[in-house]
Amino acid sequence: MPGTVRFYLNQILVDVPVTDCTQSVLGALRYGLALTGSKEGCAEGDCGACTIVIGALENGRVHYRAVNACILFLPELDGKDVFTVEGLAQKNGGLHPVQQAMVDLHGSQCGFCTPGFVMSLYAHYLNDGSFDRQVLKDVLAGNLCRCTGYGPILDAGEAVGRQLASAANARPEIDGAAQRLAAIRRSAMLDITVPCPITGVPQHYQAPRNSDELAKALMVAPDATILAGGTDVGLWVTKQHRRLQHLISITAIDDLRSITDDEKEITIGAAVRHSDAMAALAALHPDIGELWRRFGSVQVRNSGTLGGNIANGSPIGDSMPPLIALGASITLRHGDQRRTVPLQDYFLAYGRQGRTPGEFVEHIRVPKIEANQHLRCYKISKRFDQDISALCFALFVHVVDDHVKAVRIAFGGMAATPKRAEHAEQALLGKAWDEPQINAAMAALGQDFTPLSDMRASADYRMMAARNVLYKAWLELSGTSGPLRLVGPGADPQAMVGEAAHD
Amino acid sequence: MTDVKMADVKTEKPKAPISGGVATAIAHDSAAKHVAGSARYVDDLPEPKGLLHLYALQSPHAHARITAMDLDAVRAAPGVAMVVTAADLPAANQIGAVFKDEPLLADGLVHYAGHPVAVVAANSIDQARHAASLAQISYEVLAPILTIADAHQAGSYLEPPQKMARGDASKALKAAAHRLQGQLAVNGQDHFYLEGQVALAIPGEDEDVHITSSTQHPSELQHLVAEVLGVANHAVSVEVRRMGGGFGGKESQPAIFAALAAVVAKHTGRPAKFRLDRDDDMVITGKRHEALITYDVGFDADGRIEGIAFEQFIRCGYAADLSLAVSDRAMFHADNAYFLPHVEITSFRCRTHSVSNTAFRGFGGPQGVIGIERVMDDIAAFLGKDPYAVRCLNLYGGAGRDLTPYHQQVTDNVIGQIMADLADETDYAARRAAVQAFNESHRWQKKGLALTPVKFGISFTATHLNQAGALVHLYADGSVHLNHGGTEMGQGLMTKVAQVVAEEFQIDLSRIKITATHTGKVPNSSATAASSGSDLNGMAAQAAARTIKNRLIDFACEKAGVGRDQVRFEANRVVIGNEEISFDALVREAYFARISLSSTGFYKTPDIHYDRAKHQGRPFYYYAYGAALSEVVIDVLTGESRVLAVDILHDVGRSLNPAVDKGQIEGGFIQGMGWLTTEELVFDADGRLRTHAPSTYKIPAASDRPDHFRISLFDNANKEATIHRSKAVGEPPFMLAISVHSALVDALASLADGPVRPCLDAPATPEAILQAIHQTGLGAVGMKAFAGSLDHG
Repeated sequence: MPGTVRFYLNQILVDVPVTDCTQSVLGALRYGLALTGSKEGCAEGDCGACTIVIGALENGRVHYRAVNACILFLPELDGKDVFTVEGLAQKNGGLHPVQQAMVDLHGSQCGFCTPGFVMSLYAHYLNDGSFDRQVLKDVLAGNLCRCTGYGPILDAGEAVGRQLASAANARPEIDGAAQRLAAIRRSAMLDITVPCPITGVPQHYQAPRNSDELAKALMVAPDATILAGGTDVGLWVTKQHRRLQHLISITAIDDLRSITDDEKEITIGAAVRHSDAMAALAALHPDIGELWRRFGSVQVRNSGTLGGNIANGSPIGDSMPPLIALGASITLRHGDQRRTVPLQDYFLAYGRQGRTPGEFVEHIRVPKIEANQHLRCYKISKRFDQDISALCFALFVHVVDDHVKAVRIAFGGMAATPKRAEHAEQALLGKAWDEPQINAAMAALGQDFTPLSDMRASADYRMMAARNVLYKAWLELSGTSGPLRLVGPGADPQAMVGEAAHD
Repeated sequence: MTDVKMADVKTEKPKAPISGGVATAIAHDSAAKHVAGSARYVDDLPEPKGLLHLYALQSPHAHARITAMDLDAVRAAPGVAMVVTAADLPAANQIGAVFKDEPLLADGLVHYAGHPVAVVAANSIDQARHAASLAQISYEVLAPILTIADAHQAGSYLEPPQKMARGDASKALKAAAHRLQGQLAVNGQDHFYLEGQVALAIPGEDEDVHITSSTQHPSELQHLVAEVLGVANHAVSVEVRRMGGGFGGKESQPAIFAALAAVVAKHTGRPAKFRLDRDDDMVITGKRHEALITYDVGFDADGRIEGIAFEQFIRCGYAADLSLAVSDRAMFHADNAYFLPHVEITSFRCRTHSVSNTAFRGFGGPQGVIGIERVMDDIAAFLGKDPYAVRCLNLYGGAGRDLTPYHQQVTDNVIGQIMADLADETDYAARRAAVQAFNESHRWQKKGLALTPVKFGISFTATHLNQAGALVHLYADGSVHLNHGGTEMGQGLMTKVAQVVAEEFQIDLSRIKITATHTGKVPNSSATAASSGSDLNGMAAQAAARTIKNRLIDFACEKAGVGRDQVRFEANRVVIGNEEISFDALVREAYFARISLSSTGFYKTPDIHYDRAKHQGRPFYYYAYGAALSEVVIDVLTGESRVLAVDILHDVGRSLNPAVDKGQIEGGFIQGMGWLTTEELVFDADGRLRTHAPSTYKIPAASDRPDHFRISLFDNANKEATIHRSKAVGEPPFMLAISVHSALVDALASLADGPVRPCLDAPATPEAILQAIHQTGLGAVGMKAFAGSLDHG
């Protein structure tokens, strides 16, 4: 039926009419379907109170992911296997093991954030993840609780892990999901047109099934908004209250979802979700893995795509500095024509990227690090997890005979776009890899950047921290300074506690 | 004889106690509903037919005169049923809880950026918001007073500066061996309850309106809505089953939204819902008061304080709200746990063109406490002593060292014992040595340690608020309907009070139905605030249950012809002389005998009084105590920091529910830690809040809590006759987190070879810490090359 999306909702096949292409899944659940267990805490994907679990059939396998329903548009549910907190009720009327553990360990106080925590743990349960405490902190980084202090919730997660160690992980609700979802797969591209409920202007939503369909759709509607996960576009609607007239979603496109790995580089399709790109990126360097661990949250990484983050070109998007430092390039496609541009040249000005109407990012190529080449990335934010960078730094340096043969330094948060520090690089290139030269490069950052003051940091702090992280990278690479990290590779805060014998 | 027999019976047939009585660590009453998503909050209720959604049009300016307002296009927009401006309000444009200085809608003048100037009611929230965008409003922008410094310079205060004093501070300062002056700026804090403000108003017949609100103070909300509508209190009923967090932010603030929903409901005859999204909530509602504390302290060679003068500058915002009481409490806690022989505290209640700040867990106490804790750190840094030693030296205790600055005698002091026990349990000396060793071997990371006390006064300082009512029905089947004036915001109040009633009747907790707070059941209740919820409502509910229980005893005596001393309530049964009958059967018999099985209960806190003109008296019934040891590490290059370990020993008296109490302690601590580290309210030069959502305002996340986080309860029955000798727990633990800030100061102090007095404001963001490092002149080698670049602020 046109204007309708079809999906499994808590194991029941439903057809839900779309009256507004940008209605949030959360709104549809709460006000249309009377499923009020999922809560709105922020409407921007930061608090996790709306977390639901979505199973998607991708390249023949169903992937279950925790996502924020508040910034996901309803049509994105088409063809999916959707679970809300209401769907966790057991056949015998009891609670699911993750729910029971939350009750037993006093994991709820006011209870408003609780369904979101339950669903994050549930997704992890479905995926047979580790319930190790450190892992749980990452699993729950996208769920905010203002009452408990988190200890009882982490305890509950660990209790689930202990239970799973002694009993099989029962997941009857996802048996046969691949067949079920295959059966409701569309034979043609999802294509919805409805009048905007506010303005009456026709609103379009299309979900091409492959990149050729996407290329064609964009030739027809070159100014359409490409929806590549929606972790930013969702906020245009929920925060800026923009009315979007034409959306083309790329999340149903399997052929933009591949990651290929050859000797020299990896190639990542534009529709690859951050959570799926993480392993390949972490393999390039542990610092990149750490950066992606801190990239948004599980829910954000499960919706957002690498292509979307790049195409969007935010000056504070964390994917750009390391990829620019590694010399990544992107392939842009327009109809049947393709061109490849160095990533660093794609960002023209604030909010303006080198993408012509009708063009889309097809994939990203990232060179691998070779012998004598080094990388360091640091992210500075007020909170370690799930925060937006005050500044994000990446250094790539190729040192031969204690001299710098090649160097790329890229920053986010220091300018209107992700940007290389060319003066600082010049201060190092061909020079000795030593402290005086590093000091010179630190000074040169003053020529490269005139950062802004905003709610995340002052211009002065940004400049001083930028200089100091360059110094820190040099200290680490020179290998004589002892530990330098509070989080991530090499940091073990618990081992740092005095009198560890008491533990 | 009988007693012996009974005892024998007991030994022969030991019977299980009731489940869920006091002192048991049972789960929150709604836990199973929370995890299932079936616990209902206001916005989860089925939406009534014809519901209108409200949206507030806000002033973009902090201080301006409205010169023209054309709302025709708004009224004509699709779906719009009503537009409310100040001129459209039926009776009063006033929502001030204590002082009548707070217009519900801006009338001519706007007082802060975000001030609602009109409200649009439409069939959907999208329509209401869209319609609001069509408004044409002209403003004449006026010069705003935004900061504490601006207000102080302009003499812009809510009331004349207040002074609390004992002894002769200026004389003692002059006579002291050492004297230091310093200051500390402490930012405000957003409550960030996960459930935003929301009210649903349903018009009734006559002048009636029923309101379901997420409020900590249904009675005051009822009275204010009645005032705005110009109707008697009896026309307005208010109900709240639970809130998705409150923390003080839902004490006075919900009245604004409930009143506007009520105005629309009564005018249109349609139900009306006012639910704020996160951004509007953070912009429109008050927060914890930002403060600037200055001090002038005189002390002896050991670090013992001889005289001290504080100035507390409190940023109240544009209206009084609860700011005077908040500022009073900052004065009450300027001593924290320390005896100050000669003391003078001057408090400036600064009026600014910013949102009117309000109650927030601790209610001014945290601002008072952090001031004196900075003094302790400063004295220790100056003398080169361990701050823990300086703290112990100054604690209340010992002959003649028990009088507070407001002349209340501290008679239940256990802080010395708590500090010593915690230091002992954590092996403080070894931890100190380990930190020192770490700092000597690490150049780019520095650790800090701090063990700080809390003494927190329990009672509303406005004496009349220390009262509570309850309503208990015992149904003929022996099950109980429990109601009281307290509200549930996650703190487990409903659970604790139900435990008290279960204990009183000696019946299983499952026999007691917890019901929504409702102004029609218990009138004139006080806010669930000041940590007083279980102290007040527990006593009131116990009194109600006891009244019914006494009727049952009288009935049993009459029935069996025994004396009152021969009737005993045991687990789910009643022993009457030599007979035993189930509780339910006795109740049924009492019903048939026409015994009244319903009662109200009432409680007022005894022995408290306060003369606000003199700032003297006994405002507090008792004190709650606690101490925390925090260990932190800082990154000298970036200013990032991390809390590594927390150990807490806290006094909750005889705990009514140890699980709930530990939950309050941990949650309060982490919330306090957020206030002092990651949570930063940023207003721009025009007074607009720039951090109004979780993307920019960062409350602690799961990984910010250290794995080493240990809580012990200090075994200590309340000396006062509180409910089962328990103590209040909602607010005191919040201030334990000041140990984190002190530990950061300790880490900064370690950067110097000799004594140095680090200056670290709050919150201690990476920027604030790097700035403090820079100010010590002890930055990294790399940083020193660029000294001077960070000289802002």
